[in-house]
Amino acid sequence: MSETLTARQELNVERQVADERTLFGFWTYIMTDCVLFASLFATYAVLHDNTFGGPAGSKLFDLHSVLVETLCLLTSSFTMGLAILAAQKRLKSAVRLWLAVTFVLGAVFLCIELSEFHHLAVTGNSWRRSGFLSAFFTLVGTHGLHITVGLSWIVGMWLKIGRRGFTRANVRRLTMLSLFWHFLDIVWIFIFTVVYLMGVAQV
Amino acid sequence: MMGLFATAWLGRLTWDAFPHVLVTQAAAVGIVVGGLVVLALITYFGKWRWLWHEWLTTTNHKRIGVMYIIVAVLMLLRGGSDALMMRLQQATSVGAHAGPFSPDMFQQVFSAHGTIMIFFVAMGLMFGLINLVLPQQLGSRDVAFPFMNALSFWLFTAGMVLTNLSLVIGEFSAAGWLAYPPLSELKYSPGVGVDYWIWSLQIAGIGSLMSGINFMVTILKNRCKGMTLMKMPVFAWSVFSSMSLVAFAFPILTVALTLLYFDRAFGMHFFTAGAGGNAMMYVNLIWAWGHPEVYILVLPAFGIYSEIVATYSRKRLFGYTSMVWALWAIVFLSFTVWLHHFFTMGAGADVNAVFGIATMLIAIPTGVKIFNWLFTMYRGRIRFASPMVWFMGFVFLFISGGVTGVLMAVPPIDFQVHNSLFLVAHFHTMVVTGVVFGFMAGLTYWFPKIFGFRLHEGLGKIAAWCWIVGFVLAFFPLYILGLMGATRRLDHYSASLGWQPLFIVAGVGVLVIAAGVFFQLLQLAVSIWQRNERRDLTGDPWNGRTLEWATASPTQEYNFAVLPEVTTRDAFWEMKQTTGLPEAKAYHDIRVPKNSPHPIIIAGFAFLAGFGFIWHIWWLAAIALVGVLATIFTHTLSDDDGERVIPAAEVAATERAWHARRKAA
Repeated sequence: MSETLTARQELNVERQVADERTLFGFWTYIMTDCVLFASLFATYAVLHDNTFGGPAGSKLFDLHSVLVETLCLLTSSFTMGLAILAAQKRLKSAVRLWLAVTFVLGAVFLCIELSEFHHLAVTGNSWRRSGFLSAFFTLVGTHGLHITVGLSWIVGMWLKIGRRGFTRANVRRLTMLSLFWHFLDIVWIFIFTVVYLMGVAQV
Repeated sequence: MMGLFATAWLGRLTWDAFPHVLVTQAAAVGIVVGGLVVLALITYFGKWRWLWHEWLTTTNHKRIGVMYIIVAVLMLLRGGSDALMMRLQQATSVGAHAGPFSPDMFQQVFSAHGTIMIFFVAMGLMFGLINLVLPQQLGSRDVAFPFMNALSFWLFTAGMVLTNLSLVIGEFSAAGWLAYPPLSELKYSPGVGVDYWIWSLQIAGIGSLMSGINFMVTILKNRCKGMTLMKMPVFAWSVFSSMSLVAFAFPILTVALTLLYFDRAFGMHFFTAGAGGNAMMYVNLIWAWGHPEVYILVLPAFGIYSEIVATYSRKRLFGYTSMVWALWAIVFLSFTVWLHHFFTMGAGADVNAVFGIATMLIAIPTGVKIFNWLFTMYRGRIRFASPMVWFMGFVFLFISGGVTGVLMAVPPIDFQVHNSLFLVAHFHTMVVTGVVFGFMAGLTYWFPKIFGFRLHEGLGKIAAWCWIVGFVLAFFPLYILGLMGATRRLDHYSASLGWQPLFIVAGVGVLVIAAGVFFQLLQLAVSIWQRNERRDLTGDPWNGRTLEWATASPTQEYNFAVLPEVTTRDAFWEMKQTTGLPEAKAYHDIRVPKNSPHPIIIAGFAFLAGFGFIWHIWWLAAIALVGVLATIFTHTLSDDDGERVIPAAEVAATERAWHARRKAA
């Protein structure tokens, strides 16, 4: 009897080690994603003056809507943190509530971004207009694509927590989701600064 | 009406996409017929179930390694045929004589040669060998993420299939192996060739990135007890350094390819000649990946040489610590030299000087490694087995390539030989003798561990000598031609230049290398034929030093029944000197990763998505991408822990049988 218990404990330890390994792997993935965004930022930095006679960022960006976007995303990072805190206390409905709030905030962010893109495209300033706009759409759009992936992950997580509760796998997935979400928040701070604030400040 | 239907539903794909030139037709027919014959044989022998369960869905690192190597060897034959075609063209297309291939065809051939050799031969052999050896060297049962490992392999294969599909449907890129814009932009390359290139590399590249993450985590988290980082075998260190380069470099490739595709497909202006594009940005991005890429390939080869030299000299590796530091110095420096690929860009003397000096600095850690290998051999009991023949060929030729590299690191000299055959000779010296010789030596060395029997030594030595002699004949003339002014990628030249004799010598050299490949295939066939006499019963045929030799040959599925504990470097050697190979008294259940059909399904969808993107069949691309995401979600959100248990009794039976075999031998 005691021997099987030890075996089970051993298995438990092994699983824990495996979870830590997965988390470490996810951190490594985030590092590679940083390099991806760094390459896009570098490209944007090189091309941001290449307006080819078209409008520069200072003529195009509406800081009001960007501020709303930023506040949405920052708040969503906070609510994601609340979801993690609730998960540590194993409060299932609280976790699901905060995930839902995070989802709504993220979705609002995405809608504002898409409407900005749409507005630019219909007023003749699409990604075809200039090297600057190609770089703008690609950098900001790649972040938006990540947000879209994050939103679908939140939906999956919401369903999964509802069905299975706090299994070891679910806790691990939730931790990775929150890492991912905070990471996107940090990338957005850089986009906000480098693309929008510096773009508007430029005359 | 038919035309309308075709443009609406099949994007750019029409009947014109199928080959019209005899050579490509022959290749296309060859691929299709060959494929059908293989499928027919599998069906005839009723092997589908076996293939599916034992190979296609496997997540075992050793099986995955074998599949990588099979793909890489097939691609070596393809890339080698391209090389033969290029040599034939350049040896005959002189003055009034036109060569056998049209200029466009010739351009596709050299683009495909470079792409295939780097991405599908060198990378394939590297990931294959790492998969086969690394977990065992670390005293571990598998890589950190076996499922992702299988996915990496299948994405690599999807990219490979896409590249070769371009022979049958459409065309391949004619813009060189790195597809510089503006030539690779839609305006100058309106066909699908560049898109094939982009998507083959994009899909395979994402697989490589995942492999990089996987092996890094494996090394940092999956080492056996007692194996501190500084007690790891040098091969593991070389993989660690190479994979961290993968993790930092491959995202840049992903971005460069994506932006080029956006230009071509969506009318963006990243690298276009007008509208605010900047073609040099692409060249910077691609080399910020591309320069580390050559170190990604060569560092594991350095690791292999380190293992081989120590084993066949029967000595500890000289200067272990300096080996490790040299590896990481190369990792760091490899990110500081990318501009030397385009000194002629016009960045100015100051910038060029910085990058020139950084480039020269790389010779220092590389020299440290060479001296360490030589000092390892000094006063060793050297056995000149065939891996050592490869190694000796490498040392002599690689140094010559290194010297020409330092030469070209001097910007004024580079201006003279930029894009000449001198450069072609230089980088082939580095990649063929550094990377390919290393992997060939590694394959010979670890072959018994993988398949359970040794390769034929005599034929192996003949093959190695053919490669060495053939290499000298094929590439030394190119140095001379380069200095005479021959640029790379010439499909025709004037007879008055007097270049033809040297091109003919180079052609003969490639034939000698082809003879080497023939002897390798013969060696494989003869060794399989004589496999019963060549069995390795001990698991340690070369008197090895590291933990992979502490398992049976071929290795058990779970590698180690009881995970080893080590106290020193060269742990297995120590074991042999002191206690002998430990035999466990009792065995426990072992959990190993379970098969999964998801990797091959995901890669299949990725292949279809790539095909859709290439031909602008948007509905296909969209459906396939949904397929990829749905399969990933199905897998990651399932509650299956992905493990299978091998019961203790089965483990005990396997282990006892092996120990009995070992003692009898």
